Amino acid sequence: MIPEIGQFALSLALAVALAQSILPLVGAARGIPGWIALARPAAQVQFALLALAFVCLTYAFVTNDFSVAYVAMHSNSTLPLVYRMASVWGGHRGSMLLWTLLLGAWMVAVTLFSAHLPEEMVARVLGVMGIVSAGFLAFIVFTSDPFARLFPVPPNGQDLNPLLQDPGMVVHPPMLYMGYVGFSVAFAFAIAALLSGRLDAAWARWSRPWTLAAWMFLTLGIALGSAWSYYVLGWGGWWFWDPVENASFMPWLAGTALIHSLAVTEKRGSFRSWTVLLAICAFALSLLGTFLVRSGILTSVHAFAVDPRRGVFILILFAALVGSSLLLFAVRTARIGLGGSFAVVSRESSLLANNVLLSVAAASVLLGTLYPLALDALGAGKISVGPPYFDAVFVPLMAPAVFLMGVGPLARWKRASLPELAVLLRWALAVSVLCGALLPLLLGRWSPLIGLGLALAAWVVASSVVTLRDRVRHAGSAAGAWARLRSTPRSWYGMMIAHLGIAVFIAGVTVVKGYETQKDVRMQAGDTVELSGYTFRLIGVSKVQGPNYTATQAQMQITRHGRTVTTLYPQRRVYTVQHMPTINAAIDEGLMRHLYVTLGDPLNATTWVVRVQYKPLVSWIWLGCLVMALGGLLSATDRRYRVAATMRRAASSEVAVTQAGAAR
Amino acid sequence: MKPRHRRLILVVAGLTALSITTALVLNAFRSNLVFFFTPTQVADRQAPINKTFRIGGLVEKGTLKHLPDGVTVQFVVTDTAKSIPVRYKGILPDLFSEGKGVVAQGRLEPDGIFQAQQVLAKHDANYMPPEAAEALKMAHAARLAK
Repeated sequence: MIPEIGQFALSLALAVALAQSILPLVGAARGIPGWIALARPAAQVQFALLALAFVCLTYAFVTNDFSVAYVAMHSNSTLPLVYRMASVWGGHRGSMLLWTLLLGAWMVAVTLFSAHLPEEMVARVLGVMGIVSAGFLAFIVFTSDPFARLFPVPPNGQDLNPLLQDPGMVVHPPMLYMGYVGFSVAFAFAIAALLSGRLDAAWARWSRPWTLAAWMFLTLGIALGSAWSYYVLGWGGWWFWDPVENASFMPWLAGTALIHSLAVTEKRGSFRSWTVLLAICAFALSLLGTFLVRSGILTSVHAFAVDPRRGVFILILFAALVGSSLLLFAVRTARIGLGGSFAVVSRESSLLANNVLLSVAAASVLLGTLYPLALDALGAGKISVGPPYFDAVFVPLMAPAVFLMGVGPLARWKRASLPELAVLLRWALAVSVLCGALLPLLLGRWSPLIGLGLALAAWVVASSVVTLRDRVRHAGSAAGAWARLRSTPRSWYGMMIAHLGIAVFIAGVTVVKGYETQKDVRMQAGDTVELSGYTFRLIGVSKVQGPNYTATQAQMQITRHGRTVTTLYPQRRVYTVQHMPTINAAIDEGLMRHLYVTLGDPLNATTWVVRVQYKPLVSWIWLGCLVMALGGLLSATDRRYRVAATMRRAASSEVAVTQAGAAR
Repeated sequence: MKPRHRRLILVVAGLTALSITTALVLNAFRSNLVFFFTPTQVADRQAPINKTFRIGGLVEKGTLKHLPDGVTVQFVVTDTAKSIPVRYKGILPDLFSEGKGVVAQGRLEPDGIFQAQQVLAKHDANYMPPEAAEALKMAHAARLAK
């Protein structure tokens, strides 16, 4: 009964989405207030229906209702409760439901935080989001119904893939999808602006917090995915330049470019058509990412929940949405105008350069990801593009972009003076060159890439200090400086913190790539192996029984200079339902280094292959992402986005009061 | 400087930067393409010597063995028509097992052994890497053609 309610709710949601995608848009075009006013309630009802469907599916998982095919495929009665709830998005059908549910959540957020927007704008934005939602709901209802029944009912389910039975997997997909789907808001704002022909600073100001919020979720989602592959796959790798990772990285690059370009559009009115194009691209790349991951056409370490037959539908949906928006862009862009002019040396030009670099980076990832697929589709042979390509492309592209991160915030709008910038930044430059030259020697080994990486990280930190000092340069007293810092908008601090996050990230990547060490050795109980000053001693290997797996567990004692550091217990598990073996590495985590031990194959009854790894600063990679996301959060919640809202609300309630008075 | 000149400088600088980066990207792309060959194609000497490529197929049953150093493994990859010995130093992925699909990336040594730098198996026990499936399909088609 409950699954049928869910199914019915989904069909109703599709009907509401269709109404929401047609009536408000027509109403806004023709000026019919009643149809315009439909947008908000339609979005809220749609979300309520989606939430109901989602709860029904979760209920089926929690109560082990294996008569539902999707539950039987992805759950088992021995699975712990929290993973049974997370299995809702452990497969293809449920992930699509999660995707639309989150789209609904973003729509409701738009209805709640749009009091300061003109009603036609809200109607158009929600109408465009309704179109996206209708497309995906049609996809779910007609090709991948998560509530489809199974007959005869199996006694038990096939279990969730053991690699997904990890706390990281509980939060990673929702975060990543929040990011993907969040760009639909920026996209909807862009399309709404194109439809209305109103592309101005106000539009950019409305669009900015949404874009920042989506970017923040995407950053967290990617970081979680990377951490998952590091902790769970047992290889100690944190990024493989794998197509599925690239699929999430491309919208991130486009979104990062979009954030910066929106800043220019808001402050100076320039780059308007470029900003709109980026907003379309960021969402198109999100859709492409969904398509690539869902369609199963990739060989990937992250390819779960795939179903090749459905790929075609998403591809058609993708082509229709992106094609029509680009067409609209082409038709309307001539009307947009160019905006304010600026000098060759100015903040605009540094942001433009940053945009070009990020876009080229996104395009090069796109090339490396799609070219092999295109070649394969044409029957011209199977190829793959390895990490060396991405490494070769990214270092030269990102190095100037990171350099500009130091210059941009100091440069003036419209026209900046190169000598003035040079004077301001000379100490920062000296410090970073020194760091690049000397720090690697302290750490043990100098190479051009390590030097460059550390110099860039130091450059971002040092130039941020200079920017902060420049902010209070004319304040006079300490109290004046404090007052000035307090009156500085929150979004400025958000930017600085996000940039510092990049510095932390670069430092982490550079040090872990430059100084990580690893050994594969055969060991018997009592054997020791030395690695980067640590001594790993295998105490013994024993059998362990888990809730839904059996494991072989090694006890590994780690000492340094004769003192015990920790004892680690790496495992090889066999999950009983799917008979699937997994390698569960054991990690001693520290801020400055991780020790990573993997238990490999048994060579005979007493001898094992063991991999030990020393990973300095590896946690800084995710710490950096966390700091970036924090910066995004601060910027998204800046006062000026909220003040506009409250002012408008106050104004409209005043109007209401006067009208009431007049009526009396 | 007149605005017209300024815009010209911007455009020229932009185009130059764009063409340099495009050249850089395409060059890196060309030199890092990794081609895929089936065991049959490798046996027919179609695969390049001294260049990294990928092979795929099934791990032949009963061929997985550890070399005396303990950490190097050797196994045979087959597309059911031809087979190739593969050597790999390190820990094999979780789902690597005899009779299952596998994709290996590496070089062909002069002694005819494929020295793998990377071995990929699937996360999902029921799922075959597309390349491995392709190799089996081609070998099957070749047999039917005969």
